[in-house]
Amino acid sequence: MQPSLRPESFLEGGFADPVLGGQAVFRCIMQAMAEPGTVQPISHDLQPPEPMTATMAAIAATLCDADTSIWLDATLAANAQVVKWLGFHTGAPVTPRADQATFALVGDIGAMPALADFAQGTDSYPDRSSTLVLAVEHLDRGMALDLSGPGIRDSRTLRFAPVPSDFIAQWAANGARFPRGVDLILAAPGAVACLPRSTRVRQEEG
Amino acid sequence: MNTEARAFDWAEAPAIATYNFAYLDEQSKRMIRRAILKGIAVPGYQVPFASREMPMPYGWGTGGVQVTASIIGPDDTLKVIDQGADDTTNAISIRKFFQRTTGVRTTTATTEASIIQTRHRIPETPLTAGQVLVYQVPIPEPLRFLEPRETETRTMHALEEYGVMHVKLYEDIARHGHIATTYAYPVMVQGRYVTDPSPTPKFDNPKMDQCPALQLFGAGREMRIYAIPPWTEVTSLDFEDHPFAVQAFDRPCALCGADDVFLDEVIMDDQGGRMFVCSDTDHCNGRQQAGHAGEQET
Ligand SMILES: [Zn+2]
Repeated sequence: MQPSLRPESFLEGGFADPVLGGQAVFRCIMQAMAEPGTVQPISHDLQPPEPMTATMAAIAATLCDADTSIWLDATLAANAQVVKWLGFHTGAPVTPRADQATFALVGDIGAMPALADFAQGTDSYPDRSSTLVLAVEHLDRGMALDLSGPGIRDSRTLRFAPVPSDFIAQWAANGARFPRGVDLILAAPGAVACLPRSTRVRQEEG
Repeated sequence: MNTEARAFDWAEAPAIATYNFAYLDEQSKRMIRRAILKGIAVPGYQVPFASREMPMPYGWGTGGVQVTASIIGPDDTLKVIDQGADDTTNAISIRKFFQRTTGVRTTTATTEASIIQTRHRIPETPLTAGQVLVYQVPIPEPLRFLEPRETETRTMHALEEYGVMHVKLYEDIARHGHIATTYAYPVMVQGRYVTDPSPTPKFDNPKMDQCPALQLFGAGREMRIYAIPPWTEVTSLDFEDHPFAVQAFDRPCALCGADDVFLDEVIMDDQGGRMFVCSDTDHCNGRQQAGHAGEQET
């Protein structure tokens, strides 16, 4: 169990070794992005305040800094400890505008905005898009998705839960905007998986 | 300013008292890591990044070095090649740089490496899943020689206006009877982005297609990073009546007898003696150790 944190303890719970800790987490994310749908075990020592999950915190601490804006969903934004923790450990400014977020942290997938509401990038600069970090509970159960595209030899099955509402249609629309579109990092307890915008998703039959 | 003439040599340099792991500061690594993830998500698209000063001049692979420095960790085994060889000044210097700044294991064996930084070649030994190939790229924009303006090439990529590239290749055919481009031969990545494979010989282009390894490209002076994920379609631009073909060699390697590899011409003596040998020294040594032999004729 994660020890409960005292009110002033946002100063704690970061990487014990930010250099090698961040490197290990990044390689895990990179491999997950390069081979979409694979479940990559992630190991780190972060202890963020609840309700932010440790995996989400590790991703934020690895990728976010003063040059990246973070959008927080209502459940995270409402928690002053989470906001302070992110501010202290990343230095990233929080934005209320989903369509201007470099990173979006989604703690409550059931209540998240549409994928189209986030920054999509432009045809000239498709990199100017939001990367969404979703706190999923499972990467081994849930709706079975059949994946294909770059990083996937033939096809690959991914299950995760919970799944955003109307996900199949939303993801198809995201793919139709290519090279614009958002990329997803699915942050589960102890593991991550990614869905870059280049991945095509089909719901498996049965 | 003449930085090119002043070669750096980490074998001779005094140990630096304090440097970050892999030299780069953490903020720079994060910025490059974010660019790498975007590059992977949009295969073949050139992601702009703020290139950092490295303790070596441009032309020594600073883009590739920055990419390697941003991904490498203590568990990695690094191989560095220059034109296929592990033992050129450039390859040795970069290998020593990472040995000095990270302490990681290094190797010359393609099969043992988790990260391979390369200038101008893809190893002959097939790459495997989990490996990362980092290319040093001088000119990342395949359209640059046809259109010097960055705003224009960016729009051409956005609109998939690649007709000018086909016109250029077709002019080759009209003039030479075949496509004369033999290095940096442009490729189409996953049917969307025309991409520069870096100045590798076109012999290596087919190795990029459906490669099990992740391919990352770093251009330091031009400040671009791009990527080709594993298992991605990479096709060389061509025409129905002039299909793409790799260079063919009319003889096998003089040292190991391989007839399916890229060969370099080596001058043997001042009487003009020469022979053709594998440009991939690790591949050639491995074959010789396995008992393969060439004719060693001069
Ligand atoms: Zn040979």
